Amino acid sequence: MSATATAAVSQPAVDTVLSVNNIEVIYDHVILVLKGVSLTVPRGGIVAILGANGAGKTTTLKAISNLLKAERGEVTKGSIEFEGERVDTMSPNELVRRGCIQVMEGRHCFAHLTIEENLLTGAFTRRDGNAAIKRDLEKIYTLFPRLRQRRQSVAGYTSGGEQQMCAVGRAMMSNPRMILLDEPSMGLAPQVVEEIFEIVKRLNAEEGVSFLVAEQNTNMALKYATYGYIMETGRIVMDGEAKSLRENEDVKEFYLGVSEGAKKSFREVKSYKRRKRWLA
Amino acid sequence: MSAVTSSPARAVLPPAVLGTLKVLGIMAAIGAAIALLVQTGLMPKGSVGHKVLAAPFIDMWELPDLLVQTLWEGLVAGVLYALIALGFVLIFKASGVFNFAQGIMVVFSALTLVGSYEIMTQRMGLPTGVVVAILALVVAVATMFVLAWLVERIVLRPLVNQNEIIMLMATVGLTYFLIGFGEYVFGGNPKVMITAELGLPTGSTQFNILGGRVNIQHLDVAAAVIASVMIAGLAFFFQYTRIGRALRAVADSHKAALSVGISLNQIWVIVWFTAGIVALVTGIMWGARSDVSFALEIIALKALPVLILGGFTSVPGAIVGGLIIGIGEKMGEGYWGPLLGGGIETWLAYVIALGFLLFRPQGLFGEKIIERI
Repeated sequence: MSATATAAVSQPAVDTVLSVNNIEVIYDHVILVLKGVSLTVPRGGIVAILGANGAGKTTTLKAISNLLKAERGEVTKGSIEFEGERVDTMSPNELVRRGCIQVMEGRHCFAHLTIEENLLTGAFTRRDGNAAIKRDLEKIYTLFPRLRQRRQSVAGYTSGGEQQMCAVGRAMMSNPRMILLDEPSMGLAPQVVEEIFEIVKRLNAEEGVSFLVAEQNTNMALKYATYGYIMETGRIVMDGEAKSLRENEDVKEFYLGVSEGAKKSFREVKSYKRRKRWLA
Repeated sequence: MSAVTSSPARAVLPPAVLGTLKVLGIMAAIGAAIALLVQTGLMPKGSVGHKVLAAPFIDMWELPDLLVQTLWEGLVAGVLYALIALGFVLIFKASGVFNFAQGIMVVFSALTLVGSYEIMTQRMGLPTGVVVAILALVVAVATMFVLAWLVERIVLRPLVNQNEIIMLMATVGLTYFLIGFGEYVFGGNPKVMITAELGLPTGSTQFNILGGRVNIQHLDVAAAVIASVMIAGLAFFFQYTRIGRALRAVADSHKAALSVGISLNQIWVIVWFTAGIVALVTGIMWGARSDVSFALEIIALKALPVLILGGFTSVPGAIVGGLIIGIGEKMGEGYWGPLLGGGIETWLAYVIALGFLLFRPQGLFGEKIIERI
């Protein structure tokens, strides 16, 4: 939290687009998954949530987008504010209308619809007329030339990378100010992952969309993000500017797989050590 | 690659056409074999084989007017079966619920139409005629909307994400509720459909063709036309409108639809309302051919074999399946029925469906399973 504070001091006018305050999430009334998670996304930022499987990254994103209810999860404590407004009881469709949309893990394109139809479903909540939607479709095709080539293909038969582009493009069609991107690298070749992140960067710079990205690929995420949070078993254990995280010894050792100095013996890499340090 | 280049026909013709050609070829071969057997005297006239395999076809050839009449009746019945099946498919696709109550919705909607007309003309003293009939139609449509809304609120929303069997049982419950409620409000007596008042044609025309007479009911023509228009309209709605696209998206993946901001609750109301309208049209047509009573529900059960034939998720499948069952039934009854003492119309559809289950369980047009590895 200290890093957030210093950021706020050095740049007091920073505009927060999303703030999650100490939320707790319980699935099925019994399984406690998030134990007090807080994070903020500044306007125009790319913020990464990092962590291993089961750390609670996806749950955090779903708590924000309110897709939790469909999986019998519930935010039991804390609050979530999007552009200064409480959104924790809002339906996903209201939230999308307000400009916050999630791209789910594993892409979830509509397999039986064509790429173009997939993109058009993204515009479901829009009320600004067909001309504007058409214009945005054209914009998406310029951003993703590969999607233009495959516009009439059934999405289920396109490649993983194309589906991920389709999912991001579909989210963009809702004209969002904030995209919650869940594990964009999943199951994709390294080059394709890079391509996806380049597009994220471009959307961020050109369209001013803020991103909250959950990733296991720490290396890639920290390369593109401005700020990062590291989660472990339902808690945020560390946060900081992406640059400082990249240079942090623990992050290097545990998430980037590189360590300074001599090769450490297995016995020395004791997980309790970092736990002690991070959870203290 | 070698497999493709070695058979150029496969590269040119889509598999569906190829399959049809194959089936036609097999049928021609069987026909030729039967003709050969009859000609060579191996299958004499009067034998069981002759009665089953040859005589019906000879009848068809010798009395073409009767064949045309049978085909027409089958076609009309088939179109109506297709409509009922369409109602099932719509709901199954969009909400994954097998709506057992679809059959009763047909009866209930028709009953609402006739019942409200009766109440308006007899108790409220409004004049009989087209205007009040249209008013009754509006009441029936509004009722189907309220029903869709209530079903979404009371049944679907609380049971979201539950097991399919639970949803099925909920619709069974809905069936009995609708029966009870319908009888309570409109009484249990069979009613006569307000065919003429709605401006539907009555009477029939006889054509002298093929050396005989073919009798065609005007109402059947109207039924076929209205059903076709309705199906075409629905197809257009699904393919090209914003809501239609959203419906298909929901059918594809509930979660993804939710994530792009499609409101499932809204979609479910729309889908159940659409199915209600389809039910109302079916109810009017069936009701005009017989009476409007809860016995009509039996006919709705014919939708099951239609669905098995066409596949539960396919709109074209519902149409083609409906036609096959309708025509198959009438042909079976007309030409093979007498061999079994008649009355095979009631069960033949299920036998055809059973045959399909054995050889093509996903139905003729069952959704292709797209799986990426």
